[in-house]
Amino acid sequence: MAIDAATVRKVARLARIAEPEARLESLASELNGILAWIEQLNEVDTNGVEPMTSAVAMAAPLREDVVTDGGDAAKVLANAPKSVDGFFVVPKVVE
Amino acid sequence: MGLLMSELTALTLKAALEGLKAKRFSAVEITRAHIAAVEAARPLNAFVLETPDKALDMAAASDARIARGEARPLDGAPLGIKDLFCTEGVRSTAGSKILGNFIPPYESTVTANLFGDGAVMLGKLNMDEFAMGSSNETSAFGNVINPWKSASGGNRALTPGGSSGGSAAAVAADLCLGATATDTGGSIRQPAAFTGTVGIKPTYGLCSRWGIVAFASSLDQAGPIAKTVEDAAILLTSMAGHDPKDSTSLDVEISDFAPFVGKSVKGLRVGVPKEYRVDGMPAEIEKLWQDGIDWLKDAGAEIVEVSLPHTKYALPAYYIVAPAEASSNLARYDGMRFGHRGEGRSLTEVYENSRAEGFGDEVKRRILIGTYVLSAGYYDAYYLKAQKVRRRIADDFDQAWQTCDVLLTPTAPSAAFALGERNADPIAMYLNDVFTVTTNLAGLPSISVPAGLDAGGLPLGLQVIGKALDEGTVFSVAGALEKAAAFRGKAEKWW
Repeated sequence: MAIDAATVRKVARLARIAEPEARLESLASELNGILAWIEQLNEVDTNGVEPMTSAVAMAAPLREDVVTDGGDAAKVLANAPKSVDGFFVVPKVVE
Repeated sequence: MGLLMSELTALTLKAALEGLKAKRFSAVEITRAHIAAVEAARPLNAFVLETPDKALDMAAASDARIARGEARPLDGAPLGIKDLFCTEGVRSTAGSKILGNFIPPYESTVTANLFGDGAVMLGKLNMDEFAMGSSNETSAFGNVINPWKSASGGNRALTPGGSSGGSAAAVAADLCLGATATDTGGSIRQPAAFTGTVGIKPTYGLCSRWGIVAFASSLDQAGPIAKTVEDAAILLTSMAGHDPKDSTSLDVEISDFAPFVGKSVKGLRVGVPKEYRVDGMPAEIEKLWQDGIDWLKDAGAEIVEVSLPHTKYALPAYYIVAPAEASSNLARYDGMRFGHRGEGRSLTEVYENSRAEGFGDEVKRRILIGTYVLSAGYYDAYYLKAQKVRRRIADDFDQAWQTCDVLLTPTAPSAAFALGERNADPIAMYLNDVFTVTTNLAGLPSISVPAGLDAGGLPLGLQVIGKALDEGTVFSVAGALEKAAAFRGKAEKWW
């Protein structure tokens, strides 16, 4: 499953990271090196093995369905790169 | 007050707490001594932010409580806080440019626990960006320099290890009495081993992850780096505890861990996993491991050989699971609500440029790997496979517990190496975590104890791994090793 420059371009797009064209080949080779090393996992027989999704077996805790937080608009916006009148300001989404 | 500043900073946490309680010195005095040490140690680059005013305010509050007879367990103890912990009103960066000047409006649960117990914050500690690294070289704030120098390596600057390199260097250099740290694949234990300090990663879920910048949520755990095993036990007792704000926080009673240090290990069964004898391991580390076995035998423990057959697959499994979780966790850094915002003609371009400018190379590499292994068509081959191998690794430990109570291994496959020496090959860097990463995957407690020096005079560590929630036994065995090793090494001050 070797990665080429086109795959890196696609993955970088999915990850929303701008990667210059000039970097794609070297990134592909870095990622291939790591993935080739990861391939050794295929030596492990995992037939019938339940995937481990959590480090500790526990049921998800439930709590009362009540409001526990909120009313902190000023705190929420305090670190915003841009905000106006209690709103985040983002670049135009719809033309 | 008869103690010099350097005598105050040389104290262990335990001795400092006793001195404070006995009013031999005040919280403000010991805090001032540490503030001066931090300022003098700027060449180490261990702190990314010093907060002396806040420290003195907190110390004054501690002194007032001590005077009223209302002292709390850690009152007046100056600590360093890894910059992965969000601290209310104090810039928190995770070692990344993308968080910019992020000032959290909230306090992480772990730091809230420590400060609630009276601890004093000296400042925020340097670290690998988003805790991704084993040498502290991925930090946006530059390398941390290990206070230790090798007698055989000229005057070369060495890595303090990573990702908690600032925490380890600060404790080793007596800049604080202890520090918070986090461990996703070895980030507490490997830096502890590289700096002659003690570091414990507790059972997954013992310390709340709330307010700690997330890297790989199923692996991340907070723990302390300290000067002694007992100090680590004191700090962990304060840091740990159930937190409804973290759904993976364990609802268990936290006992005081300190009394376990010094308890006899007589009759305990110590497993020695043969798979940890890896190719190319330096003879000095082999020897240290054997010393550790002999010490525990002398202390009355029984040594058993055990097998953890899937050990070699832990790192490759980790390098699927951790990047996959990271790619998801780090999706929040989009330049919209906080942190760095780049320029662009469209919303997508703003996202892409914000992230390209804000993340460093190693973080980008891991996000790309994670995005790839989770992408359509590859999920089963990589992510699902890794989760199954992870189960195999956890099962290995369960099998081992049939015949032993704890495991003894080296912490890292080498002593501290020179900065710049292992940057070229990511996999060579990843191999630093070969002995530590298994317990993150299995969620088990594990501690690194300084146990000896290599030929160049650099510290080496031994690791004790315990059953889930059996931190008590881990501390007892670590205490026995510490006592037998009689490690007294200290970096010679050059800064």
